[in-house]
Amino acid sequence: MENNKTHKTYFILLGLFLVLMFFINISLGSVSIPNIAIFNSLFSTIENTSWQYIILDYRLPKAFTAIVVGSGLGISGLMMQTLFKNPLAGPFVLGITSGASLGVAVVTLGASLFGGFLLGALVSKWTIIAAATLGSFLVMLSVLVISVKVRDAMAILIIGLMFGSISAAIVNVLSYFSSAEELQQYVFWGFGSLGNLSWHELFILSSIYIIGIVLSLSSIKSLNSLLLGENYAKSIGLNIKQSRLVIVISTSLLAGSITAFVGPIAFVGLAIPHISRQIFNSSNHKTLLLAVFLIGAIIMLICDTIAQLPRSDYTLPINAITSLFGAPIVVWLLIRQRKMMF
Amino acid sequence: MEKATGHSILKTTNLSIGYTSKKVKTIIASNINIELKKGELVGLIGANGIGKSTLLRTLSNVQNALNGTIKINGKDITTHNPIALAKVMSLVLTEQITSKNLSVFELVALGRQPYTNWLGKLCRKDIEIVNKSLQQTNIANLKYKKCFELSDGQLQKVMIARALAQDTNLIILDEPTTHLDMYHKAYILKLLQKLAQETQKTIVFSSHEVELALQLCSKLIVISKKEVVSDTPNNLIEAGVFDNLFPKDLIAFDKKTQSFKVKK
Repeated sequence: MENNKTHKTYFILLGLFLVLMFFINISLGSVSIPNIAIFNSLFSTIENTSWQYIILDYRLPKAFTAIVVGSGLGISGLMMQTLFKNPLAGPFVLGITSGASLGVAVVTLGASLFGGFLLGALVSKWTIIAAATLGSFLVMLSVLVISVKVRDAMAILIIGLMFGSISAAIVNVLSYFSSAEELQQYVFWGFGSLGNLSWHELFILSSIYIIGIVLSLSSIKSLNSLLLGENYAKSIGLNIKQSRLVIVISTSLLAGSITAFVGPIAFVGLAIPHISRQIFNSSNHKTLLLAVFLIGAIIMLICDTIAQLPRSDYTLPINAITSLFGAPIVVWLLIRQRKMMF
Repeated sequence: MEKATGHSILKTTNLSIGYTSKKVKTIIASNINIELKKGELVGLIGANGIGKSTLLRTLSNVQNALNGTIKINGKDITTHNPIALAKVMSLVLTEQITSKNLSVFELVALGRQPYTNWLGKLCRKDIEIVNKSLQQTNIANLKYKKCFELSDGQLQKVMIARALAQDTNLIILDEPTTHLDMYHKAYILKLLQKLAQETQKTIVFSSHEVELALQLCSKLIVISKKEVVSDTPNNLIEAGVFDNLFPKDLIAFDKKTQSFKVKK
């Protein structure tokens, strides 16, 4: 019971830190705006309308997107690690992100190729989301089917990498046949960016995100059973097939829709669950789900703040920042084998 | 006669076990008729590769019977839904648990899952049962340890406590004594005997420890190439079942000491 108290303290601290990071994130950017003005613009109209525009229509949706992206990718990574019994699983490593990229490539780059059927207008945000979610769902299912046959954890990761290569190859072929504008659209999407979402798009993303989160909440009990292994899970009354399907749908919705909107973002899904397990020293998904939500959101806000290069005119691709922070964590995990436990 | 009045927990009728692959049935053993009663400690004995695991897997509904029926508490096993089955039968398997980062308490508490709500929240009664299971298996002192800190013997006790917490009439254990030294082998089996007597649960385990099983079990199921028989240890010895258990070139069963001796 001692444990519960420390956990509660951690949750409160992380919650406060999240709010703090949120305000730091919206107060920093290429245009320097005084803090008072930022605070006022959130709650009333201020004289400098361009400042208000920057805050309300650019920085605010970007900060919310960062929260959705960090927590969503973290939670989908957490579920994948438990489902595949593999501490190195995550949306990027297992090729789920590649599947989403492939889906997006098919609709953006393939538009001219299948031009007869797909009118240009059809390539709306919804088509991209649907394609990305479908792509990630298909890869997730294939990896799952293979993981039933191939028990070796490392082999599954290599298969995930192969899915990535296959997707990349198909994307290459598609880009060879596509027009310059389509290619540009795809390449920019591939850099990954949190800042391109309008309030309307953020609303669409959040709706799908909420469905994914609700499904993940409903899977808490099954995820905990799976910590024992499948045969034990069955013996304590878990309907394996059904709960597996719910987890797969939830992860594909989260990883797929997020990738569709902000592009492929590496390592967040893999690293966040491990950091959460370390901090909370627990494998209970009831604790972890909330922990991953908070820590994922915080780290994504920090990464985005760095990517903005405050006070300068440059913005780094967010994908580069998350890789710089995430890849060393993976190496560190591999070196400290004991901490790979989950 | 007093045993015949006991409540039947597990009953098989003309059971055949084996595998079906590509429509070819491979029968490992057939015509198995076993009846297990309340409070019995039952050992499942047989040579390597004879089908002990297959029988246990079939009894625990992990794989399907080729023929015949298995009844638990008088109800056919295939008609139980997963939760209902989890409330009458718990398992201790040979496989390692996936996450050893769980604490002993958390792991044992997972045994309460068939009874908890959608979030798996433990109510006061659940916590009481978990604590009682920890006491019955003598591991209350390990409650807050993480599973990766435990020795094989301790972990086996934790897995038994988890099965106890599931509060079922029947507990099935697949080779609970492998990887343990002689003392801990005896310790675990003695613990199972105590639990069967105290809790009146029916406990079935497979084991290679024929000699320990003969001393501790109230009933044995012996699988040999010819047949599957079940009876009390003494009756089985009288019937000479153990003479045919293994190939005869190396070891022989000595009735007097109830143990196997190497031929000189």
